[in-house]
Parts: sequence; C-alpha cells; structure tokens
Amino acid sequence: MIAFIIRRLIQSIIVMVAVAAVSFALFRFVGDPINSMVGQEASIDDRQALRDSLGLNDPIITQFGRFIGNALQGEFGISYRLQMPVTELIMQRLPATLELALVSGTLAFITGLGLGVYTALRRRGVLSNVIMTGSLIGVSLPTFLIGVLLIWVFAVELRWLPSNGRGEVVSIGSWWSTGFLTTSGRLALILPAITLGLYQMTLIMRLVRAELLEVLRSDFIKFARARGLSARAVNFGHALKNTLVPVITITGLQLGSIIAFAIITETVFNWPGVGALFISSVRFVDVPVMSAYLMMIALIFVIINLIVDLLYYAVDPRLRVDRAAHSH
Amino acid sequence: MTDAKTEPLLSVRDLVVEFPTRRGVLRALDRVSFDIMPGEVLGMVGESGAGKSITGASIIGLIEPPGRIASGEIRLKGERIDTLGPEAMRRVRGRRIGMVFQDPLTSLNPLYTVAQQLTETIRTHIDISKGEARKRAIALLDRVGIPAAARRIDDYPHHFSGGMRQRVVIALALCAEPELVIADEPTTALDVSVQSQIIEVLKDICAERGAAVMLITHDMGVIAETADRVAVLYAGRMAEIGPVRDVITEALHPYTAGLMGSIPTLTQETDRLVQIPGAMPRLHAIPQGCAFNPRCERAFAPCRETRPDLISREGGRDVACWLYDPARTGELRDA
Ligand SMILES: Nc1ncnc2c1ncn2[C@@H]1O[C@H](COP(=O)(O)OP(=O)(O)OP(=O)(O)O)[C@@H](O)[C@H]1O
Ligand code: SF4
Ligand SMILES: [Mg+2]
Repeated sequence: MIAFIIRRLIQSIIVMVAVAAVSFALFRFVGDPINSMVGQEASIDDRQALRDSLGLNDPIITQFGRFIGNALQGEFGISYRLQMPVTELIMQRLPATLELALVSGTLAFITGLGLGVYTALRRRGVLSNVIMTGSLIGVSLPTFLIGVLLIWVFAVELRWLPSNGRGEVVSIGSWWSTGFLTTSGRLALILPAITLGLYQMTLIMRLVRAELLEVLRSDFIKFARARGLSARAVNFGHALKNTLVPVITITGLQLGSIIAFAIITETVFNWPGVGALFISSVRFVDVPVMSAYLMMIALIFVIINLIVDLLYYAVDPRLRVDRAAHSH
Repeated sequence: MTDAKTEPLLSVRDLVVEFPTRRGVLRALDRVSFDIMPGEVLGMVGESGAGKSITGASIIGLIEPPGRIASGEIRLKGERIDTLGPEAMRRVRGRRIGMVFQDPLTSLNPLYTVAQQLTETIRTHIDISKGEARKRAIALLDRVGIPAAARRIDDYPHHFSGGMRQRVVIALALCAEPELVIADEPTTALDVSVQSQIIEVLKDICAERGAAVMLITHDMGVIAETADRVAVLYAGRMAEIGPVRDVITEALHPYTAGLMGSIPTLTQETDRLVQIPGAMPRLHAIPQGCAFNPRCERAFAPCRETRPDLISREGGRDVACWLYDPARTGELRDA
C-alpha cells in the first residue's frame, strides 16, 4: 500500500516537473517579459539593468530552478495586465470555478449513473430508447450552443433563471467566496452547471450502461442468479459494483476536464472564474497568468488521478497485490 | 432405484426449448424426457451443442431470452416448476436446486470475499443470523476440502487456485442444502490432476446429504466412475437412457455404441478411440426422421422418414431407435 502510494507520488512529481518546464518555456520565451513590463521609452541600458535584476541573464537551468522554487511557494509573478500578484488573482477567482465544477460534476455523476443503470436494466423499454437517443444529442451539441440555448429558453423567454454572473456571494474565511448560501447564488449556478455537466453526464451514462450490460453477461452473475439471489442483490450488489472501477476512472478524468472546459461555459455565462481569467489573459498575452493557470490545471489533474488510484485500490481487492503474495 | 414405487425427484417430460432467430426458430431441445430419482447421480453426455447446458438452464429457469420453453413440463417432487413466476422460481434456485458451472475462475464475484458470497447466499434462503451463517459456511468449506477454512474464508477468490475455487463454487451451490445439484462440466476448466478430486468431493457430499446430481460432462470415464444412470443427448433429442454399467457394456443406440467406443480405459490403448464419421447436424438442418441417420451404419428405411420415440426396454433402459421396434424391424427383415 505504502509502496503503491509512493510510486504514484513519484509519477505525479514527474508529470508536474514536465508541465512546469512547458509553463516555464511559455513564461520565458513567449514574448519578451521586459517589453511587457516597461514602456516603449525605456532605454537599452534600463532594459539591461532590469534583465540583470530579474536574473534573465542567468543560465536557463538556474532560471528554471528559480521558477520551480517560486512555484512551490505559490509565486508566479505579477500579471502584466492587471499589475497584481498572479496567485492572488487566481485565488480570488478559484472558488467560483471550483463551486461550478463541483455542482456540475456531482450532477453529471448522479444522473449519469442513475440513467445508465436504468437504461441497462430496462434495455428494451421505450423510455430507455428515448433516453439513449437524447443522449446522442447531448454528446454531439457543442457546449456553447447548449449554453446559449438554455439562456434563450430559461433566461430570455421564461425569465426563470439568471443568464450571467454568480449572483450574490458570501465570503467565508479570508479568501473563499461562496454562492451556495444565497438564493440568487444558487439560482445562478443552475444553468452553467447543466451546460458544463451535460456532456460528461451523457458520457458517464453511456459508460455505465455499456459496462453494466457487459457485467450482466458474465459467469459470476449467472452463478449469482442460479443461487437464487434477489434481482436487487444481483443487479446492484454484484453487477453494479463491478462496473465501478472503469466508471471511477472516467468520472475522475471527466472532473478534470470539467475544470479545464469551464473556460467555455464561464465565457458564455460571464462566470467570474479562472477559465474566464485565462481567456482574457490569452487575449492580452498575459504570460504569467497563462503559465500559472497551466500549472494549476495540471496539479488538479494529478491530484484527481491520485484519488482515482486510491479509490481503485479500495474497490478492487485484486489490486492489493501485497496481501496476495503472502497467502498464495 | 430398485423400488419401482419411488417418486422421481425431478421429472422432465417432452421438453421443447426454442430460440427465435433471424433465420427462423431453432429447436435446441425437442421433446426431451427423463427422470432423476432422489439421491441418484444422473450423467448427461453428448457432443458439443447437443443441448446439455440448455437442459440444465431450463430446469433452473435461466434460459436466456429470447430462448423459451415452448412446451413440455418440468416437475420437482411432482410440482410443476416450469410455470412458476419469477419470485417463486428464485426461491427454488439455490434452495432446492443448486448449480455448479464450468469455469471456477469466472464463477465467483472478484470483489467479494468467499465469506461474503457464502453468507449472502445462505441468508437469502435460510433465516439465520450472520454469525450462524458464517459458522455454517466455515463448516462447509472445511467439508469441501479447503484447508484452514476458518482463516481462508475471508480471502478473495483470486487468492485461491482453480481447484480450490471450484471447491468454493461447490460449497456455494450446496450451502442452502438443495435436493438436486446440476453440475455443468464442473471439471472441464480444471487441471487434470485435480479433476477426480473435485468430482469425488461433489459426489460424496451430495451422497451424505441425500442430494441428487445431474452431472453434465464430455468425459465418459467420469460418468463410468460416478453416475448411477446415464442419459445420452443427440441434436437436442434423447438417444438413450439406462444404468451406467449396462449402457457401457452393451449400448443399444448406435450413436451410444460409437460414443462408448471412445472411452479410454486402462486395458485399451487411447489411440483406439472410435470416431463416428461425420458431425452432429446444426439445429437449423436436422434431417428428417432419426437425427442420427446420415451417420448411422445401421440406418434403414423408417430412419429417414419418421423420428423414433423413446422405447422402454427391460432393465430400466430406454432407447430412441427403430432397431428396437419389432414392427419396423419386420420391414428390415423383409427388405
Ligand atoms: N442464446 C442462444 N441462441 C440461439 N441458439 C442457442 C443459444 N444458446 C444455445 N443455443 C443452441 O442450443 C444448442 C445447445 O446448446 P448447449 O449449450 O446446450 O450445448 P451443450 O450440449 O451444452 O454443448 P457444450 O458441450 O459445448 O457445452 C446449440 O446448438 C446452441 O447453438
Ligand atoms: S433409428 Fe435408424 S438411424 Fe437412428 S440410430 Fe436407429 S438405426 Fe440408426
Ligand atoms: Mg454446455
């Protein structure tokens, strides 16, 4: 178990170093950091002095080391555009993105699992066929189109739900702001959460259905039925549990992409999260923000992967090799 | 079986099982009839595709749709079970009829310990506490020959070897004390070295509990050593049924005679296997008359026209072959 975690941690560190290298290259070589910091009128000498003081004339390796050292302390420099520390900027906007991702991820997982199980168990039912056809639409419509359609129906025509922003937010602690505690905050979450989660939901649903149908054909399910176990015990206790390993993998990866793809949804709904921040920093070539965002997304993916691996381990006893070794 | 008045435990009459397919309806079983007496071991043999597994599946009510029992009846202690509703049939499975499948490597749920699977099955059928069920489970594992059962019971299936897993499967099939156990090629997937031990455990434990066994196998050697009677299926039809000794020493049906020629024994060289020329017909191309007639050396006129029904002979033997119908063999003599 310990060895397993250590192995995974080392892999994660390697991934993070690789992403840091890309991030650093972006930071160092895309555009000239000096140009972005000083005005046109600065003299060559001024520039040179600034280069020296920023260490931009040191060997690349030294600079990379410094970059990583700073990153470890959450230090990514000053935003060119907003003249604020990048870390502070991201932290201000992270709660909005994380709350949106959490709500849409949970929504996608629960409805995806429920519909997947239903359509697998009632394979020939009319409703199952309707759901399966509907899910094809969910997979093929682009996210921004879904967002725009939802806004048009529920915000413009019906006027039930707001079409942009987070509504009223409440601060918790020094830097977290939540929309969960106010009615307007909760209402504002609905449309973006659906927009962001719909694709993942249909994906999870189709996966659960396919996996469950596969497991239901297996010998141990036949044997469980032949022992007279109830349909409920067979379907949920034995079959569904065996679909969990692939479902957890995909759901975990999807949660990562939910955060990454929040960019589009945040733009459509004018949601004040890190995705929208990233889009505007790309427009203004605000390189420190871009590279910090890259590192953050990578970190989130790595953490999710670690959690997924640990869940596997909890679900599937066959992975617990250490124990199998000593009891033949 | 000497007591002619004993009621059969299981009685299958004129069972027809059909699979609707795009190319028409396939008859996997065509008017199959046989009995199993209480405590008896009935061997069931036949080539691949003869319908052995389908027979087992129809008895426990687990034919995969769209396959269905089209006609005939199945009685357990005189009571129809082929017409029971799903819930009533579920209570027959495991409790009154146990089932052992071919591959122990895939028969067990990999995510639950042996203890979890055993206690769940016991408590589904018998109203006892978890602790009580666990005690029973350990005793049963011990009985089927799992060493250190009290400790091994909390292991997962992948911690056991193939032979040990099949012992666990047998324990699972027997844990609610069924009156009949259907074992569908229980040793085919196992190492040759453990096959006879597994058969022995199955046979002994069923004998102790007075449970009857329907033993499906390709292996005539196993049938010879284990079964009381043997039933021979051919292309979804019963060819011959009778006491094992008699059928082996003096097969009535020409197909059985061919099969018996293929038993390797200690006195015979194994390369003297007799192969019957030709192959069993596919279900959609069963010949008119006797299904075996294209391969039968002794086929004569009626064989190509009318299907022979089971004819009862002395010594508790049944055979479906025109050679044993005096009215027809008259034709043979005349011809
Ligand atoms: N789901 C199905 N759909 C159509 N035909 C089927 C289906 N299941 C079985 N059959 C047919 O029924 C016949 C009997 O199959 P069964 O599995 O009982 O054979 P078997 O005697 O057990 O053979 P084996 O020794 O290979 O296990 C076969 O010809 C098979 O093709
Ligand atoms: S009925 Fe005819 S074809 Fe069939 S086994 Fe008997 S002799 Fe052969
Ligand atoms: Mg079979």
